[in-house]
Amino acid sequence: MTEQMTGAQALVRALEQVGVDTVFGIPGGAILPAYDPLYDSAKVRHVLVRHEQGAGHAAQGYAQATGKVGVCMATSGPGATNLVTPISDAYMDSVPMVAITGQVVSSSIGTDAFQEADISGITMPITKHNFLITDPEDIPRTIMEAFHIASTGRPGPVLVDISKDALTSTMNFQWPPVMQLPGYRPVTRPHSKQIREAAKLIIEAKRPVLYVGGGVHRAGASAELLEFAELMDIPVVTTLMARGTFPDSHPQHMGMPGMHGSVSAVGALQKSDLLIALGVRFDDRVTGQLSTFAPHAKVIHADIDPAEISKNRYADVPIVGDCKEVLTDLLTAVRGDGRKGDYTEWWKALNAYKQTYPLGYDNFEDGSLAPQYVMERLSELVGPDAIYTAGVGQHQMWAAQFIGYENPGTFINSGGAGTMGFALPAAMGAKMGRPDSVVWAIDGDGCFQMTNQELATCTIEGVPIKVAIINNGNLGMIRQWQRLFYNERFSNSDLQTAQRIPDFVKLAEAYGCVGLRCERPEDVDATIQKAMEINDVPVVIDFVVHQDAMVWPMVAAGTSNDDIKFARDMAPVWDGED
Amino acid sequence: MSRHTLSVLVENKPGVLARVASLFSRRGFNIDSLAVGPTEHEDISRMTIVVSVADLPLEQVTKQLNKLVNVLKIVELDPVQSVQRELTLIKVRADAENRSSVLELVTLFRARCVDVASDAVTIEVTGTPDKLQAFIKVLEPYGIKELVQSGMVAIGRGARSITDRSLRALDRTA
Repeated sequence: MTEQMTGAQALVRALEQVGVDTVFGIPGGAILPAYDPLYDSAKVRHVLVRHEQGAGHAAQGYAQATGKVGVCMATSGPGATNLVTPISDAYMDSVPMVAITGQVVSSSIGTDAFQEADISGITMPITKHNFLITDPEDIPRTIMEAFHIASTGRPGPVLVDISKDALTSTMNFQWPPVMQLPGYRPVTRPHSKQIREAAKLIIEAKRPVLYVGGGVHRAGASAELLEFAELMDIPVVTTLMARGTFPDSHPQHMGMPGMHGSVSAVGALQKSDLLIALGVRFDDRVTGQLSTFAPHAKVIHADIDPAEISKNRYADVPIVGDCKEVLTDLLTAVRGDGRKGDYTEWWKALNAYKQTYPLGYDNFEDGSLAPQYVMERLSELVGPDAIYTAGVGQHQMWAAQFIGYENPGTFINSGGAGTMGFALPAAMGAKMGRPDSVVWAIDGDGCFQMTNQELATCTIEGVPIKVAIINNGNLGMIRQWQRLFYNERFSNSDLQTAQRIPDFVKLAEAYGCVGLRCERPEDVDATIQKAMEINDVPVVIDFVVHQDAMVWPMVAAGTSNDDIKFARDMAPVWDGED
Repeated sequence: MSRHTLSVLVENKPGVLARVASLFSRRGFNIDSLAVGPTEHEDISRMTIVVSVADLPLEQVTKQLNKLVNVLKIVELDPVQSVQRELTLIKVRADAENRSSVLELVTLFRARCVDVASDAVTIEVTGTPDKLQAFIKVLEPYGIKELVQSGMVAIGRGARSITDRSLRALDRTA
């Protein structure tokens, strides 16, 4: 049965058919035909944002909170180019997202027409795949293919650019269309021989570590991970993208590895003789200087993307597959073998790292607020059932370190791309995807000023998120690097937010939110509690913190993980130095 | 560093060449030679790409290429187990006096003369890069006015075809 309709109607119908319920976007000339049938759709809710970057990050937040594909929409030219940052962010963090953009009429493509940009060319290196549609008959099939590609294998962003004439012309709609993707065959089933090899290495290892990344969460494999780790009594480190995939409170959890990881997590990797790397990509922020990363370890590397394996670090046992299937098969293999390693000595060393070098921070003698204290209180009062988002920088690291995550997918941040301004729109998207969850955006004063206009969207659309601005008046991480590596020459990192330009409380109120301010440690609990009592409008808290708080531990960029400092000029003493 | 010849089967769609080429340039690979053309199946194009790289990064680029949705198959062709050819068109200065000696070289190299003017001849020659280099060298004394060279094309020896399985994949979705 085919039905005649316009390309625009076909687009909206196809979105409904693939199960889209929320689209974040802004109309403009080239995409305008699509907005007409969208106006009538009972199934698709369009959220009118204030900037296309906000639409993209909101779609990312929605996707990560729900596990579904996030959708954003923009017009041609600047509308589309404003999506470039979130698309790149989604690419780096493997977030399933479909971006739909309008394009100028096909006869004008390539003529530098008004609001023309070659967005499929621009996004080629930052999308999993992209399409340019000029024939309306291609719309249903392409939409189905876009959602299939975005959500299967290693998830990622897919852009669908549709010329205006394809939206306005008539076509014959038929559902379901037949996908034509002969070159797309993601491998999810791990090879049994590789699983046997891996199981053998695991059983023989003396100092194994489960190095767990975002791929484990994307595969929905946290239950299998817990079962495997407990069965084998192997320590676990969770990367920035995997916070919450293994419970922080679990005694086998060693913390987050990397540049600002805990001494116990970094030490576990450095001293290990076997890394069981699951859904990770040996990112430079985790490995530090690659040549000295985990120097004694053999590597089992499981990832759904074959190109990640042996990209940065040679894998002794490469496993291509979905982490849920890998862990399930590994469980069967080690159970079948029955043997277990004796890790008494290993655990003794690890527990000593944990006890000797816990995460810590200094309070300030002048009674001003330590940002880490704010995180600790948020963690305590808001708890692990909430969703937290963060952008990039000091606030992100403190949120990763000092909030206790117990559930997968409860920390949504900009990991690979490190995009300022991610937190607030991502929180909006997460809250729309999971309206029953409490959603906190942990933001820096610098980050917040990049996307705070989406507070208008939150208020108008009834999305009561909470925003905790960790306001140190500076681009804090930049200030930290300038302090450590540029002789305290604070070039262009002072935002002067301390002068209350802008006044975040007034700004929040201007957007119809409740604005609160907290400047002293003794007021933190009451302020958080007040924010938690307000559930009809968004709440913004301006936590004015000391500008000189630093993120520790730290492995300076390009240096070895062995040279981690847990405070300035303070290096841990590893026992049994080899 | 070593030379590798990759045969890449791709869907015959707009933009595929740009996707493949940009992957190479992003990873800092210089493509020595590139040839694209149709195959026995109208929906499949074949690229023959010659790159000089160390082994490990080639594996990485092959994996990245495989991730491109429009790429159907990648095969590295061993120089011994395959036939590899380039085509060159050369315009050489040749007047009545020395034309016959130029034509003698054309015969020796099993090349062909495809155009003659009063003071020049245009020669078509195919072969391996080594042979073409040798031919160009012997023509140089006469004065090469213009030269154009195709990318390398290559095909495996024997009865097996690398397109068979990819064709089946296309049939399944058609």
